[in-house]
Amino acid sequence: MTTGMIFAGSGAILFAMGVAGVLLPTHLLRKILAFNIMGSGAFLVLVGLGQRSGEPDPVPQAMVLTGIVVAVAATALALALARRLQRLTGRMELPPEAERD
Amino acid sequence: MKRIAGAAVMLSAGILAMALVVSMFELPPPAVRLPQMVQEKLPQSGVEHPVTAVLLNFRGYDTLLEVAVLLLALLGMLAGERPRPAAPDRAPTDPVLPGLTRFLVPLMGLTAVYLLWAGAHRPGGAFQAAAVLAAAAVLLHLTDLLPAWTSLRLRLRTGLAGGLLVFITVAAWLLGEGRLLQYPVAHAGSLILFIEVALTISLGLILAGLFLFLPDDDERRR
Repeated sequence: MTTGMIFAGSGAILFAMGVAGVLLPTHLLRKILAFNIMGSGAFLVLVGLGQRSGEPDPVPQAMVLTGIVVAVAATALALALARRLQRLTGRMELPPEAERD
Repeated sequence: MKRIAGAAVMLSAGILAMALVVSMFELPPPAVRLPQMVQEKLPQSGVEHPVTAVLLNFRGYDTLLEVAVLLLALLGMLAGERPRPAAPDRAPTDPVLPGLTRFLVPLMGLTAVYLLWAGAHRPGGAFQAAAVLAAAAVLLHLTDLLPAWTSLRLRLRTGLAGGLLVFITVAAWLLGEGRLLQYPVAHAGSLILFIEVALTISLGLILAGLFLFLPDDDERRR
C-alpha cells in the first residue's frame, strides 16, 4: 500500500460522496458544491494512481493542473446559470418534472 | 418516500465507493512507463521541469483545447448575463483591508511573474501564475479598489482571447514546418516561454472575469 494508493482510495470515496451529493439535495448551490467534490475526487484518483509505483508521473499531474483551472471555470458557469434561474423563477431549485415544457 | 430514496442513494454511493476502491487495487501495472518516457525526452522539450514539458510540449494540444474551454466558459457566462451597469459606490469599508490589499497586490504580481519564470525548471507555470493574478484582481474588487467590469471593450476582448490566439498562431505556424505543436528543439524553450506569458495574461483575465463580470447587487437595484 503506497501513499499513491491512499490518495487514489480517498479520491474514489470523495467521488462517491460527490455523486450522492449531486443526487440528494435539491438546492442548486449544494449540487454545484457536490459536483466540485466529485471533480476533486477524480483528480485525486488520477494523481494517486499515477504515483502508485512510488515515483510521481508528470503526465496525469499536468492533466490535473489544467483540469483544476477548467473546474473553476465550469463552476463559475454553473453559478451564473443558477443565478439566472434564481432571477427568473425566484428559486434555487430545478423545477419538478411535471412543470417542465 | 423521500427518505427511502435518500437511503437508496446513500447505499448506492457506498457500493460505488467500495467498487471503485476494490477495482483500483485490482488494476494491472501500467503497460507504458510514462515517467521514464518523459525523462528520456526532457532534454528535447526546451524546459527542465517534467510537468511543464508535458503541459506545453508533449501534450500541448490538450492545453490548447483546455484554454479554449476556459474562454468558452466565460463566453457562456456572458451570453446569459449582460455585463452589469456600473454599481453605485459603496460606503468605504474599514481602512485596514484596502491598506493591506495595496501592500499585497504588488507582491502577488511579483509572485505571478516568479511562478511563470520558475515553471521552466521547478513547479510553477502559466496556470499557477494566472491563478495568483486573478486572485489579486478579485481581492482588489472586494476592497472596492477595482470596479466590476461593465463592458467588453476591444482591449479587454483582446486580452481575454490573446492567449488562445497566440497558442493557435504558434500551432498553425508549426503545422507548416512539420506537425501540430512540434516545436523545433533549438527554439522550444523560447516558444514555450512566449506562449506561457500570453497564457498567463489571458488566463488571469478570464479567471478574474468569471468573478468581475458577475452582477453582485442587481437584487437591490431592481
